[in-house]
Amino acid sequence: MSLITKYVLISIDEDTLIAGARKVESELNRILAEQGLSSEIMVVETGTMGIMGKGVVMLIQPDDVTYVNVTPEDVREIVSEHLLKGRPVKRLQFTGKVDQSVISFRETAQELKKQNRVVLANSGLIDPESIDEYIAVNGYEALGKALTAHKPEEIIDMVKTSGLRGRGGAGFPTGLKWSFTAPLKNTPKYIVCNADEGEPGTFKDRLIMEGDPHKLIEGMAIAAYAIGAEKGFIYIRGEYALSISRTQKAIEDARAYGLLGKNIFGTSFSFDLEIKKGAGAYVCGEETALINSLEGGRGNPRVKPPFPGVKGLWQQPTVVNNVETLSNIPSIILNGPEWFKSIGTEKSTGTKVYTILGHVNNPGLIEVEMGTTLRDIIYKYAGGVKGGKFKCALVGGAAGAFLNEEMLDVRMDYDHLGEYKAVLGSGAILVMNEESCIVDMLRNILFFFKHESCGKCSPCRIGTAQLYSLADKIYSGKGSDEDLEQMLTLSEAMSTTALCALGQSPYLVIHTAVRFFQDEIEEHIRRKVCMKDICRMNGAERR
Amino acid sequence: MKRKEILRKYEAKPDNLLYILHDIQDASPYNYVTEEDMEEIADFLGLPYSKVYGTATFYSMISQKPRGKHVIRLCDSPPCHLMGSESILDILKEELGIDVGQTTPDMLFTLEITSCLGVCGVAPAMMIDEEVFGNLTPKKLRKIIKDYREGNV
Ligand SMILES: Cc1cc2nc3c(=O)[nH]c(=O)nc-3n(C[C@H](O)[C@H](O)[C@H](O)COP(=O)(O)O)c2cc1C
Ligand code: SF4
Ligand code: FES
Ligand code: FES
Repeated sequence: MSLITKYVLISIDEDTLIAGARKVESELNRILAEQGLSSEIMVVETGTMGIMGKGVVMLIQPDDVTYVNVTPEDVREIVSEHLLKGRPVKRLQFTGKVDQSVISFRETAQELKKQNRVVLANSGLIDPESIDEYIAVNGYEALGKALTAHKPEEIIDMVKTSGLRGRGGAGFPTGLKWSFTAPLKNTPKYIVCNADEGEPGTFKDRLIMEGDPHKLIEGMAIAAYAIGAEKGFIYIRGEYALSISRTQKAIEDARAYGLLGKNIFGTSFSFDLEIKKGAGAYVCGEETALINSLEGGRGNPRVKPPFPGVKGLWQQPTVVNNVETLSNIPSIILNGPEWFKSIGTEKSTGTKVYTILGHVNNPGLIEVEMGTTLRDIIYKYAGGVKGGKFKCALVGGAAGAFLNEEMLDVRMDYDHLGEYKAVLGSGAILVMNEESCIVDMLRNILFFFKHESCGKCSPCRIGTAQLYSLADKIYSGKGSDEDLEQMLTLSEAMSTTALCALGQSPYLVIHTAVRFFQDEIEEHIRRKVCMKDICRMNGAERR
Repeated sequence: MKRKEILRKYEAKPDNLLYILHDIQDASPYNYVTEEDMEEIADFLGLPYSKVYGTATFYSMISQKPRGKHVIRLCDSPPCHLMGSESILDILKEELGIDVGQTTPDMLFTLEITSCLGVCGVAPAMMIDEEVFGNLTPKKLRKIIKDYREGNV
């Protein structure tokens, strides 16, 4: 091992796998062996590096050179030019237009602002399938500290003081949520991790699980200790094959090391974990629907109260938290709540992981301090808008809001987003350039709600179908002013009468679309034209 | 029969229902669960048929209709839509000669529309069975279909 001179980190995640990362890796290993370099150059599989849609991504250390779109045919050149002669292959080098592109941001962050990465601190740097590598970067130290040096109440106080709020959508203070369940004597209690991640445009939880599954497991074990649970479930959506297998392996390794199971760290605390697979229903991400699905039935939401914290899985007290929320816990315990509070803004502490997509030059995953502006996220980290001027961003997925140019300098956190605060949670930012059409997108979003409504309550079952058909009329050049008016009043009525947040959500997206783009919508209605030539007016085929 | 073997693997607990449905569907050459399947599961788990039927019909990954050997699920959620999933859909329909929800006469493909698959970084995207395909272009799509037709997968 002491002979190793260079490390080649290959990002293995769903995106690079699609692009053929395995083929590149085996070709690399083959050529290294052929040239007798296997003992000097180490190939390491890592999680995502945050660069997306750019094929196979690899990082050469210590040279700090990132390659993208690598094919098996390129490997020989990388070996002979770079690894042997030290001359990076320019043609494949990642050149984010802006100097703070995602990857260089990560590298400079190491020195300048080490605190900027909390949840993704290890992602792309350690082998997510190796528990030893996780332990080597202080993994499971926080669990040891929690179990041996703190009472459960103290853990809850630390999480409360840290100001951590749920990253699954609603932004509920995590310590407070735990404090409702902790004192209940009704055992067994459960901790459930919500990894259903169905909000369109969101895949942060997938990349957290693929990149650093042990952090999640450690966070869940600490949460379980705090609330008095001995059993936990991770509900992962069925499509996330790699997340499921990596997390499963991590659970087994943790068990083998005695970090899950009976009497962890020699204390009286026992805890074990199980993965459950979802089967494709957005509403199952709603916590009470998720619980119904865990019990084996239809994933319809339940009427609240009682809240899951009191009566959840099999009617027992159950805390449901998002993947990103739980992955923040180990660092909070290890570094203390004051450290966590020093990141972000006064009322929105810590970092936020965003997926940034659509018409940007570098789509991908970033973790930035709470309070970073939308402008910085788009222009500094995602390399700016592609294919035209900025029109708007759909922030928060389908259940989110459109934010236009006026909103670019609003700080993205719970206080400053004010009326839009619900949109922060899922962390999806879909950027649209001026070539896109608001009516087309609105209709598409309303189709999503119609498709995903679970049908349990009539405001949503009937309302989502009605909203879609109204938007479809406008899209087809058959809409009237009354149709638009009806969309506004109907969605507003749904926002107060629907049983769960799914049926309440169309309100925000419709109202922000009308608020910022009324002229464009009215053009579709009154002049029956789509200036972008996207909407299929009168059923005519496009272009 | 296969169904019996699958059931034998499980404890007769209601929370196994979804897993059993998944397994039985995977074992079916036409990618679906039949009424007899659901009746037998209900007996096995001691649940009313309505509960099994209700659950099976709730989840988009479980089908009650025979489907093709390969199920194509094209994502049309906002990020994929913005990046052109609609024109990809046009080409899929044209190549396969079927509409959404239909199966080709040779029982090779079923075409479905799905909500976000969580791979929006490579939008527009689709899944064929368990395999994800991203950054779809007309050319790429035609090649993928050809490969499946010729059995090169
Ligand atoms: C329709 C719907 C879908 C949701 N999907 C998710 C999801 O995929 N992941 C998630 O963590 N929370 C989701 N939520 C929010 C959960 O109900 C719940 O608030 C969250 O899991 C709590 O975790 P947190 O406090 O850590 O944020 C969804 C809510 C609704 C109404
Ligand atoms: S609001 Fe919609 S998704 Fe939620 S319970 Fe009612 S019908 Fe189901
Ligand atoms: S509004 Fe411009 S395309 Fe429909
Ligand atoms: S929107 Fe298509 S994969 Fe997410």
